Amino acid sequence: MPNQTLDTKGMNCPLPILRAKKSLQKMTLGQVLAVEATDPGSAKDFASFCTQTGNSLLTASENGGVFFYEIRKN
Amino acid sequence: MTKPKSMVIIASQGTLDWAYPPLILATTAAALDYRVSMFYTFYGLQVLKKKLDLRLSPLGNPAMPMPISLPVLMQALPGMEAMATAMMRKKLLSKGVASIQTLRELALESDVRFIACQMTVDLFDMARDDLIDGIEYAGATSFFEAAEEATITLYT
Repeated sequence: MPNQTLDTKGMNCPLPILRAKKSLQKMTLGQVLAVEATDPGSAKDFASFCTQTGNSLLTASENGGVFFYEIRKN
Repeated sequence: MTKPKSMVIIASQGTLDWAYPPLILATTAAALDYRVSMFYTFYGLQVLKKKLDLRLSPLGNPAMPMPISLPVLMQALPGMEAMATAMMRKKLLSKGVASIQTLRELALESDVRFIACQMTVDLFDMARDDLIDGIEYAGATSFFEAAEEATITLYT
């Protein structure tokens, strides 16, 4: 179960990443952030964001044009 | 020892479209834990105005998608700039793209350094009061100080 959920549906680059970063900053280590997005570019970007910031992308999936990510803060 | 991640961008453009790339890159870099400095020079200073009035012209830009294709001479007619600007604003909004104002605020919140070129401020008779608070004023020398340390340097 994620500790926090973030809805970025309808937002375009770079807003989903910026909002996710903001949410993660307020969370504690080990907590999980769930993100919903409709930006198709977010699939690559969230993976890349996690690699570059040292966080873990636990899940990445898509259902009917809505992307769903779970990020663990490390 | 590797350098800490930092990026320096020169932003020299002041149209509604070209105001975007440097701000998108700066806010994203900040989210990726880069230390970011932006040097706003020449027309770029329009992006730092308190009262934003960024516009767009179809003139001289054959790549700009227009609802109907217009001969170049017609693109120079009065009102065409306003039309192109309104069209772009509507499109940005409908596609969920952040406004320049929002990106600017997000950049300031994430401690992006904004440096306004003092020479341009003088050149265009601008007052510091016309520009947003929380920015620095400096010259080319300061760019090199930041660029020397930067792992990424861009000119836009």
